[in-house]
Parts: sequence; C-alpha cells; structure tokens
Amino acid sequence: MSEARLWRFHGGLKLDARTARPAAESLGVVPVPRHLVLPLSQHVGQPAEPVVAIGERVLMGQPIARPSGYIGAKVHASSSGTVVEIADRPVPHPSGLSAPCIVIETDGLDEAWRGYEPLPAYSELTSNDLRARVRAAGVVGLGGAAFPTAVKLGAGSGLKLLILNAAECEPYICCDELLLRERPEEVLTGAQVLLRALGIDRCCIAIEEDKPRAKSALEAAIAAAGETRVTVVSVPALYPEGGERQLIKVLTGEEVPARGVPPDIGYLCQNVGTAVAVARAVLHGEPLVSRIVTVTGDGVARPRNLEVRLGTPIAALVEACGGYTDRASHLLMGGAMMGFPLADDSLPVIKGTNCIVVASREEIRPRAAAMPCIRCGECAEVCPAQLLPQQLYWHARSGELDRLDEYHLFDCIECGCCDVACPSQLPLTQYFRFAKTELWARDRDRARSDLARERFEARRERIEAEQEARRLRLEEKTRAAERTRGDEGARKAMIDEVLERVQARQDENDPDEPGR
Amino acid sequence: MRFELTAPPHVRPATSVTRVMGEVLLALVPATIAWVWFFGPGILYNMAVAAAVAVACEAGALALRGRPVAPQLLDLSALVTAVLLAFCLPPLTPWWITATGAAFALLFAKQLYGGLGYNPFNPAMAGYVVLLISFPEPMTRWLPPLGDTLGLAAASLDPWQTLRFTLTGMLPEGLSWDAISGATPLDDLRTQLSIARTVEEVRAGQLYGSLGARGWEWTANWIALGGVYLLWRKIIRWQIPVAVILGVCVPATLFWLLDPSGHPPPTFHLFSGATILCAFFIATDPVSAATSRSGRLIYGFGIGVLIFVIRSWGGYPDGVAFAVLLMNMAVPAIDHFTRPRTYGHAG
Repeated sequence: MSEARLWRFHGGLKLDARTARPAAESLGVVPVPRHLVLPLSQHVGQPAEPVVAIGERVLMGQPIARPSGYIGAKVHASSSGTVVEIADRPVPHPSGLSAPCIVIETDGLDEAWRGYEPLPAYSELTSNDLRARVRAAGVVGLGGAAFPTAVKLGAGSGLKLLILNAAECEPYICCDELLLRERPEEVLTGAQVLLRALGIDRCCIAIEEDKPRAKSALEAAIAAAGETRVTVVSVPALYPEGGERQLIKVLTGEEVPARGVPPDIGYLCQNVGTAVAVARAVLHGEPLVSRIVTVTGDGVARPRNLEVRLGTPIAALVEACGGYTDRASHLLMGGAMMGFPLADDSLPVIKGTNCIVVASREEIRPRAAAMPCIRCGECAEVCPAQLLPQQLYWHARSGELDRLDEYHLFDCIECGCCDVACPSQLPLTQYFRFAKTELWARDRDRARSDLARERFEARRERIEAEQEARRLRLEEKTRAAERTRGDEGARKAMIDEVLERVQARQDENDPDEPGR
Repeated sequence: MRFELTAPPHVRPATSVTRVMGEVLLALVPATIAWVWFFGPGILYNMAVAAAVAVACEAGALALRGRPVAPQLLDLSALVTAVLLAFCLPPLTPWWITATGAAFALLFAKQLYGGLGYNPFNPAMAGYVVLLISFPEPMTRWLPPLGDTLGLAAASLDPWQTLRFTLTGMLPEGLSWDAISGATPLDDLRTQLSIARTVEEVRAGQLYGSLGARGWEWTANWIALGGVYLLWRKIIRWQIPVAVILGVCVPATLFWLLDPSGHPPPTFHLFSGATILCAFFIATDPVSAATSRSGRLIYGFGIGVLIFVIRSWGGYPDGVAFAVLLMNMAVPAIDHFTRPRTYGHAG
C-alpha cells in the first residue's frame, strides 16, 4: 500500500482533539490498589465462569475465570493476593447495573504466575497455536469494543490486508498515541505476530495526521527492523474515522456490507493496543492484565496516560493524576462523543476502558432546550453511515417502527455526529438508541406472537380435520343405511350386528366396573 | 464522590435555530441597503409592519395552542418570514396589505400546520401569493428605480411622504399613480412582447440596464453577496442556489438561442425580478425544501424551470412565488425518491 491514494467516508466532524495536556506527559503507572474488582463480563459475548474460590490465593496473571462459550474471554488476576468475594458489584456499563465480579485483596507482592510458556519462535507456530495462545491470554479488542481477539483472528480465509487502527479520532482519547510513541517496537512485533497468525503478508497502520510524533516513532521502528510488510499511513483527522467501517473506506475505498464484517471483503482491523497485547501473550506468555488509559479533563489536576492494572478503581487513577480539581462535575468512560457517564469513581477499569474523563461544567454544558426540527439536513450531511437522521427522528417520534427499519436504523453506529450538527439541539442519538430497543422488543414480541399464532392455527387445522373426518364417516353411514332401507333382511342383519357389538362391549366392561 | 449523568454525545452543537435565522437576517442587510438606495425607504416601513404583525400572530397562535411562546419567538423565524415578504412587496404598499400578507403567512401557512418545522409551504411565498391574487393592482404598482427618467423614481418621495402613503395609502398632493408608477421590467417586457415588439426594441427602453433591468440588476448583486455569505457560513448549501440558477438559465438560453427576438437573454432572467432572492433566500428555506443533496438539485432546478415557464407563458409577470409553492408540493415525493444509499448497502 502506497501513501498515494486515500478515500473519504461520508460526513464526519472535525472536532477539537482536547489531548494537548495528557499527550504532553509521559506514560505513568498506578500503584497496586488494595482491592481489585474484576468483572466476569469485560468483553462481547458470554460472561466468564469463575475457576477460583473465595479464600484462594492467586498470582498475577493466573486465570481466575474461563470463557463459557466460543465468544468469550478468560479473566486473569492482575496482581497477587486473595480472592475475597465473588458477587454482583456495580460495573462500568451504560446500563449502570451490577454484574458478577471477582474481588481480590492484593498483598502488594505482585508475584507473577508463569503458566504460559513464552513463545519467541512464534514464526514456527501454526495459526491455530497462535490463536490458542491469544485466547488463553484473554486478549480482547482494546479500542473499546472488547470483542474477543482470538475469535476475530479465526474470521476466515481470503484476507488481503491487516489494518492496525491507531486513528483515535474521539476528543480526549490519546492512549494509542502514547503507546505508539513509547513502545513502537512492541506495536511492530504485534503486527508481525498477527500477520503470522493470519497467514498474510500485508499490514497497514493508520495514524491520524495530527500525531506526527507517533508516526515518526513507528516509522523509525519499522526501518530499524527492516520490516517491509508493514506500512504506516497518515489519515486525515476526522471523527469517527477510528470506526472500523469508516477506516476501511478511507484506506481502501471499499465498504463493508451492512450485515457483514470486514473479513467478508478481505480486511481485518485490530487496534494497536490489541496488537501489543497479542505480542506480549505470545512472546512473553503474559496474559492481558493491564492496559493504557487516558485520564483527562478539567476535573483532574494533571491529565496524563497511565498503565493500569485491570480492576483498579477509577479513584486510584485520578489519585495518580494529582487528584480532582474543584471543577470536576462529570465522570465519563470513553471519549467526548460516545463515552458513557459513570455515577461514581469506585468502578473498576476493565479491558475496554481506553479513557476516563473528569469533566467540568464548562466542558460538558447542559443541553439547550430542543426546538422543532427545521429539516436543514445537516444531520444527513455529517452522518458517516449515510443515514437520514431527521427522517429517523420523525419516525422514531411517531413510533413508526417499520419505517425505522426501512430507513436502516440498525446501521446507525451511535457516533453522535448528528447531535452535534443539529441547530435544533435535538438529542437524536438518544432517540435512536431508544428506538433500537423498541425494535428489538417488537421483534421479540412478534416472534412470541408468531409462535402463538402458529400453535393456534395448527390446533384449528387439527380440529377442522377431525370434524371433517367425522362428517365423512357419518355420511358414509347414512348412505349405507339408505342403501339397506327397503331390504328387511339386510336391515335386520345390521341391527343384530349392532346389538351384538353393544353386548360384547358390555361384557367386556362389566368385570372392570363392578359397581355398575 | 458523585457525578452528574448525561447521555452521550457530550459535545454540544455550535449552532442553533436562532443563529441560523439571525445569519439569514444579517445576510439580507446589504440587499436592504441597496433596496433603500434604488427604491426609497418604503421597504423599511413594509418590514416594520410585516415584522410587527408576524411576531404578534406567532405569539398569539402559540399562546392559543398552549405552546411556550418565548423560545419560538426568540428563534427569529417569524422575522425572517416578515423580511422576505417585505422584499417581495412594492416599496409603496399600504400597511393593511402588508399586514394581511404577514398574518396569512404566519397563521395559515405556518402555525395552523404546527408551527416552525411543520409547514409544507414557504410561509412568505404563501402570504405573498394571497396578496398577489387579492390585491393585483397595488401589488404590481412598482415605482421605477433611481436613475430612471421615464417615471418618477420611488426614491424621490421623501421618507415622510412614503410613510404617509404606507399608513394611509394616499399619495402626496398633486401626484397620481399614472404620473409616478411604472411597470416592472418583467411586466413591461411581457406587455410589449404581447404587442409583437421584439426583445431588442423593448430592451433599448429606459427600464433596462446592461444585464437585466436597471436598478434591479444592482439589487440582485447585493442579494447575491448575502447569499455568498450564507454559503460561506454554511447556513445554506450550494445545491439549491446553483440548481435554481441553472433551472432558469438552461431553458432561457435554449429559447433565446432559438428565438432571440421573442425571448430575453438568460442574464435578463437572472438579474430581473426575484430570481437571485429566490435562489439564495427563498428556495433555501430548509423547512419547505427537499433535504437530500440530489433532492435539493431536483427541487431547485424545478423552481428555476417553473420561474422561466411562468414568466414566459404564464399569467403573472414573475413566477417565483408560484414556482416555489408548486415545488413545495413535490417535496415529499422528491424526498422519497432521492434517499441516499446507506453505507454498506447496495445502490
């Protein structure tokens, strides 16, 4: 892939990156907290099942929960200590609900478990071996979606290109930029291991053009290693370019089919952080127990990026950034566009946590009162999925669910661009999230009523069939009776026959029913 | 520590309905100045009457409908309607005519349909058409622009005389309509062509300038200046203005080439009447226009062609208002057939 040709995805917004302060700092570390809270569901798919008991001592990197289905991931202890609780705890999730977690009381020793053998000679291993290791190490997509990486790596044949995504386009987030600047060699190694696991020989790493330091660090690492299969591509800084579908469009000009996945058209996307996690899992036998998190916003004294053990409470991260300022009013997990709000800072960092924003009221202003839609169409101009948000809004408001389907509501990626472009200040994304749940509920209800209707119809058909059979039998009998009318002999014979049958039945029944 | 919960996205729009409408008003300032220069201060009085009536009607209707009055008045949309209506009226228009138009625009064309965002027709054009049909004579009594030697230019009435006319409908002592008013160039061209004169002969007359109509061509430039400002501020997108202009120019050029003595050149169409005002300020009213990019091209082109058709063969000298209202009717169909292809879906 040369630098020559880039495409454009439709719409998008140029947003203020808001990363100047944390990006100027080096990578920090967070001390081992007293308690680590590790949710059993930190990924897309089935929650993991605990494999440790309360009171058991665990080491850093030891598996504490195993996947319960193919789409799932292991959870590992992120420091040494004792399991003190396996119970429902509040977890960082948009729903704000509780979910099962394993709580470890740490001992401060950080003693490591060495259950996975390092595999430095990975180039001699098969794809299956590498995927098995990635799965064992509990690696999931670290860009935010947390899809199990091993599942993605098994996505199929006919791949042309591995795309490593470092296009962090959302305001506040810069953890990938720090990773590229501080550990470019590891990113390159990750790319090489992934190429081996996929059995292909082309990889392109996409970095936004406003991160020249990250790009030059990576290019230096590639030159030093003499790696010719991996290229770095500068892409324009435009939100939501870090979205897989948008990035593929920019790099290749092709579109991922609406109900398909990138491998369908020969591409596989991985976040650069994921690539590093894969490299560590394979080369050093290290499971995924930590990640880089951007901690930023006007609400923290010293915004910076931190290497954080999974399960560390957010409060410890803020502590490591000099604590709160008196302007702190909002807490977000994720960036300014898609990050969801958290009610308190005792929640743990999980595998998908790329950013923690402690914002002030100036950074997150209250929504202005919504005005009627004036049909200006700016929402459609900025929509990266090429939807018509204003039409979706009309239909969502009037509850026309079929029309929502027709206007491709489920292609909405909830990026929030339409909200930001709307002069009427309509909370469009919220409408769409709500409408999606309505549609899901309707489809569930519909499936249920379809089943009930099928049952009802089957029963009615059965009853009708029985009635029809009875009617035919009766007709047959009537006809037989009519045939024999006038013929006294035959009629008598028939009567005798019937009487005989009745007698026989009585004889049969009598011994069983003495009371009769 | 507890935190406030707000749903994503957490970035707020940099724009608002008030800002959009405010920019439109701002963009009309140069045109207003040009209008006053060429046609006298009448438009200012018309604007004041239209604005007062529009705001009063909007407030009254909102109150009757049980809606909050303040936010929808502050959005300035009623003012935009009033100002655009004022641009369509002759500089010397008695107040009750202006008031009727503004009241119809706000009450019938806007509030009865549900207010801002729900009106299928452009309110200013609906109000104007009601006036054009109800008061045909006063609505076509345009005074010639400044620099004209045929009649008495509107600008030659002083502000006081103009105000007096606006309030009472009475001309200053010793003046009669026959003495001062002249047909608009479009009107004049129509009449003259109908008595079998050629375009060349007609355009040699006093009403005509180098591009279009004298005076009018200059106001058109100032309107276009405001339009470019709106494009630059991204209040409007290029599709509708370009399509309206093409819609007028393509058939105008064709017929002019085929029959130069029976049809004026396309530049005349562009720089006379309300073509430019329509392209940048009237057809671009988002509420009543088509919404997709290709839909806007169709919508604008349709308006342009209808303007040309009505001017050339219709019963009215200028066709902007009818063209806009006719295409407003077509908007739901245009929107239906020009849905953009969603990412990842086959065309």
